[in-house]
Amino acid sequence: MTSHIKLQFAHPPARPGDKPDFSSLEIPQAGTLPVLAHDVAAQDCIDHANSLVRVLNDAGEAVGPWAEYLALEDPDALRSGLRDMMKSRIIDMRMMNAQRQGKMSFYIQGIGEEAVGCGFQRYLRKGDMNFPTYRQQGLLIAAGYPLEKLMGQFYSNSFDPLLGRQLPTLHSAREYGYFTVSGNLGTQYVHAVGWAMANALTGQDTIAIGWIGDGSTAANDFHTALLSASSYWPPVILNVVNNQWAISTYTGVARGHGRTYAARALGYGIPAIRVDGNDYLAVLAASKWATERVRQGHGAVLIEWYTYRVGAHSSSDDPSAYRPKDEAKAWPLGDPIERLKQHLILIDEWSEARHVQAESEILAEVIEVQKRVEAAGTMLDPQPIPGASLFKGVYADTPEHIRRQRQEMGV
Amino acid sequence: MANMTMIEALRDAMDVMLSRDPKVVIFGEDVGYFGGVFRCTAGLQTKFGEERVFDTPINESAIVGLGIGMATQGMKPCVEIQFADYMYPAYDQITQEAARIRHRSNEEFSCPMVIRMPTGGGIFGGQTHSQSPEALFTHVAGLKVVQPATPYDAKGLLIASIEDPDPVIFLEPKRLYNGPFNGDHKAPSQNWKNHPLGQVPEGYYSVPLGKARIHREGEAVTIITYGTMVFVAEAAVEKAGIDAEIIDLRSLLPLDLAAIEESVRKTGRCIVLHEATKTSGLAGEIIACVQEACFYHLEAPIQRVTGWDAPYPHALEWDYFPGQDRVRRALQAVMEV
Ligand SMILES: Cc1ncc(C[n+]2csc(CCOP(=O)(O)OP(=O)(O)O)c2C)c(N)n1
Repeated sequence: MTSHIKLQFAHPPARPGDKPDFSSLEIPQAGTLPVLAHDVAAQDCIDHANSLVRVLNDAGEAVGPWAEYLALEDPDALRSGLRDMMKSRIIDMRMMNAQRQGKMSFYIQGIGEEAVGCGFQRYLRKGDMNFPTYRQQGLLIAAGYPLEKLMGQFYSNSFDPLLGRQLPTLHSAREYGYFTVSGNLGTQYVHAVGWAMANALTGQDTIAIGWIGDGSTAANDFHTALLSASSYWPPVILNVVNNQWAISTYTGVARGHGRTYAARALGYGIPAIRVDGNDYLAVLAASKWATERVRQGHGAVLIEWYTYRVGAHSSSDDPSAYRPKDEAKAWPLGDPIERLKQHLILIDEWSEARHVQAESEILAEVIEVQKRVEAAGTMLDPQPIPGASLFKGVYADTPEHIRRQRQEMGV
Repeated sequence: MANMTMIEALRDAMDVMLSRDPKVVIFGEDVGYFGGVFRCTAGLQTKFGEERVFDTPINESAIVGLGIGMATQGMKPCVEIQFADYMYPAYDQITQEAARIRHRSNEEFSCPMVIRMPTGGGIFGGQTHSQSPEALFTHVAGLKVVQPATPYDAKGLLIASIEDPDPVIFLEPKRLYNGPFNGDHKAPSQNWKNHPLGQVPEGYYSVPLGKARIHREGEAVTIITYGTMVFVAEAAVEKAGIDAEIIDLRSLLPLDLAAIEESVRKTGRCIVLHEATKTSGLAGEIIACVQEACFYHLEAPIQRVTGWDAPYPHALEWDYFPGQDRVRRALQAVMEV
């Protein structure tokens, strides 16, 4: 063959057996980027979309303009943020265990990404609506969603508000601003824009928030949502949780030769910032800024949360088959719980002893709820939902053909 | 001849075709380095290189659309949609592009590609990992639709599909990937390793598209089915002690009408069994065909046993899955007349 034309394929810097390598990442010092005006235009976000908003430095100090903007004086707020993240992690660890024991079919954990959902939730108000995927449980935990319902959903028993219809972690909690989660990636991103348009059209001052993973930004619906948000400028925040992996697929496959996911928005004329997603304070600052922007009517914005998926993709996945075993430890942005804990200890608002105590309190609470929920049936000992519920809610009114099928089933 | 699981048989088919034909390429989400979430393509990238086997972004419409571009340019893409439930973003590309290109260009262009997708339930996958969308494809002129029930057929049909000059939707019953399944989820899982239908010849062979297989010969009633339900039917027939003939369709489009008609004329009774929802499902089509061709041979109304007209539930999976009991009841009903 005489052709010089060749394809290129994206590769992660390290595979199993290699030393983890994040040397090519550009991680700026904390506190270097200015705070943007709420009505900033896309062309003035180029630095923010390509760099990283960070507040906590390596020593655990909150530094720079975004720290000042956040002006968080109440340490209780940070302590409760820390507790949210710890609760999220403890639930994940216990549920993964329960899955391994065969008590539930499947589980998706968010270990390492706790700051994103737990922090973002702080700036939401009643009536705001998240359009999450399966890994945003932190939003519910920080919103104070009852743990019985959260866990009932995993066990598909009588505690499950969704009557066993959905896979674990595909929650629906309207009162808590959590839209019903679909297993089909990306679909919800457009719904967020439509919901936000409805808010604007009906004169409500609530906002909509789309959530998507880095891998799923490849889906048509990501681009559809950006295009629609760009056309109509509704009150929507479009979040991309970049946790570096889409199951086994390295993030570079979805990103291609683009530089960042945040920069994608700029092409649509949508302002965008990229944020250290393992820095709880940076998450708060960016969430505060973005929610203020859209509430003030300045239109859509995109945030890329830069983080790392520490655990397996799901309980069915084995990441040691496609990435170095100790890659998570080498992730340069650290662990969100450890970083916030370090900061709180540094400002004398926390201690190792209080941390240990908090851990045991949260663990006790989770175990207590878990026991109660498990008593209503697990996969090992199912006490399932009545069979007829399978036919309920397919339509508002049950048509005759479904009524007959119900009869045939004998329920 | 060695025993293989269906996963191994599918991989072997792709291996054989990658070796035989440099125009064959394999791609889809996670299929390259990792070898796919079901590991169907494990090892193929190492063996054939990433120009032949590669990962794609999570964009089903890209997977199929790129395949169409390649196929019309003379290659033979065999692509994977991770779960059949995720083909919807690609549905436009499949049904209005891949299926039509030959016809609309008056055969200037053709689209010889295979779109593999795991289908069906029984794995606690909930609504979005359990669907059986075959009727959405069998309704589309220009496509072929295939679903194997055994490792032997999986390999032979996949090879035939890759060689086929037209687009083929290749539905893989994921409940059969590791072993046959008789519908009794409390029984220990069976393995293809110990099963006669897990015997798969080495190297190249093919199983022609459009030809059904008689899974069990019988005189009393014909059960027309495919995929996982072949083994559910077998178990139900044995329990009921009725001498039923079980036809495994293998190809859902085109249907092997000759095989269906011959069997129904012989038995005079017929049940159609599938896991997909009932209304406007493939059973309706098959029953219409039988009725047109065999009306005067029928001794009883034709029965259909299908999934219910509800989304596939997570917890109530076994109430949804058409199991042995429902097949037995249908057998009794047709035999009573
Ligand atoms: C349309 C569609 N295609 C494929 C899948 C299968 N799938 C489930 S999760 C996943 C990876 C998603 O990765 P990413 O968006 O990065 O989110 P993460 O899991 O990393 O949080 C894939 C391919 C799906 N659920 N929906």
